[in-house]
Amino acid sequence: MRFADEFRDPEKARTLIAEIERLVVPLSAARGRPLQIMEVCGGHTHTIFRYGLKTMLPEKTLEFVHGPGCPVCVLPMGRVDDCVALAQIPNVIFTTFGDAMRVPGSKGSLLQAKAGGADVRMVYSPLDALELARKNPQREVIFFALGFETTMPSTALTVLQAKREGIRNFSLFCNHITIIPTIKAILDSPELTLDGFLGPGHVSMVIGNRPYDFIAKRYGKPIVIAGFEPLDVLQSLWMVLKQLSEGRCEVENQYQRVVAEGGNAQALAAVGEVFELREFFEWRGLGSIDHSGVRLRAAFAEYDAERKFIVPNLKIADPKSCQCGEVLKGVIKPNQCKVFGTACTPEKPLGSLMVSSEGACAAYYQYGRIEMKPRGETEKVTP
Amino acid sequence: MCLGIPGRIVAIAHAEHKLAMVDVCGVQRQINIACIVNDEHPVQSCVGDWVLVHVGFAMSRINEEEARLTLELLTELGEAQAEIEAMRESQPV
Ligand code: SF4
Repeated sequence: MRFADEFRDPEKARTLIAEIERLVVPLSAARGRPLQIMEVCGGHTHTIFRYGLKTMLPEKTLEFVHGPGCPVCVLPMGRVDDCVALAQIPNVIFTTFGDAMRVPGSKGSLLQAKAGGADVRMVYSPLDALELARKNPQREVIFFALGFETTMPSTALTVLQAKREGIRNFSLFCNHITIIPTIKAILDSPELTLDGFLGPGHVSMVIGNRPYDFIAKRYGKPIVIAGFEPLDVLQSLWMVLKQLSEGRCEVENQYQRVVAEGGNAQALAAVGEVFELREFFEWRGLGSIDHSGVRLRAAFAEYDAERKFIVPNLKIADPKSCQCGEVLKGVIKPNQCKVFGTACTPEKPLGSLMVSSEGACAAYYQYGRIEMKPRGETEKVTP
Repeated sequence: MCLGIPGRIVAIAHAEHKLAMVDVCGVQRQINIACIVNDEHPVQSCVGDWVLVHVGFAMSRINEEEARLTLELLTELGEAQAEIEAMRESQPV
């Protein structure tokens, strides 16, 4: 096996791969197609590519579908344009995580806005944005709040801290999104033939496993919350397949060393105090999904950039040649997109799946050469 | 942003605001520990804890072995260095 030596426990990896192969053959035969397992989280996508898991597993009978769990990847162009517009307001310091700097909007990225003179600053933490506000009382500091439930508590706690200290020149441009309605939207999508899920590890660290119950109960699909080690991913995959072959569908937790059943109570309390669900939120490639985003509650209106400033809030359609939506839903593979590797590359991304290392297209591009090695090389893959 | 990075809490910086100093591979910075503090595990008892740090917040307590393995993984994924750099550069002074 080509990569097994890179595993912490190569013997265990071999055993798991053999077990996965044994389970997947009859399951796929019964369906007359390859089994489709979605890894919801971009972190898993990264692990799968980095360790070449795809090529170690029986490709004809098992497919990974790379889900929407990379917050940078699902950011619609219109929201990026809004960021640029906010950054261009005189006296504003616009702060963002580095990942979001290069996401293309219809009028360029935040990086380009910065080059054009806007005061855009990369921060590691919302706490650093708050510190900028403390140090620059005469300026307005806006933090571009982004991410799923993993980062939601951090911005909620930062807003609570700002309020406690009475800092008035700090606000959030809130683009937090929530995973559950999104998984539901994917399950309701008619083009889809998913058989099971690998659940996001760090979102679950915050929300726990109970919110996923509907996937098993209502949609009859197994889901296993997975860690990010290659062995974690293999073991979780094996757990999903085991459920399928035993005719069970349950929520199981492979990542118990970090994810508690009830999630993180303190984090959930902060999120609940500061945020409320939006009626709907727009996703790149997936369109509008009901209740899939949050905004600040009225009690925190003074920290809400959307209330404090005028945000253009334009809806910009994704470029025509861009097929991010189909990739996100697993309808096509990244390299089947018409502009993959030509008009769309990590250096000059057209779609956002090409921007972040957790995006499916960037992963395909980066590790594509390994994946597409000549036959002689890939033969070593099977144990 | 989503994967986080393991670090060890070395001191309490501001108990009331639940701020602590964390050491991540030799880089120290202030983080918020509100999410790992509760009645059974008050602020002062956090010193020495290994935690998973996401964007400046300790989100989960982990054991030392888990911390070591996660760091190895992040290094291999090419994520650790970028995260540590971002941490170093953004140090609020
Ligand atoms: S190649 Fe580019 S445009 Fe096509 S799906 Fe991927 S990110 Fe979107």
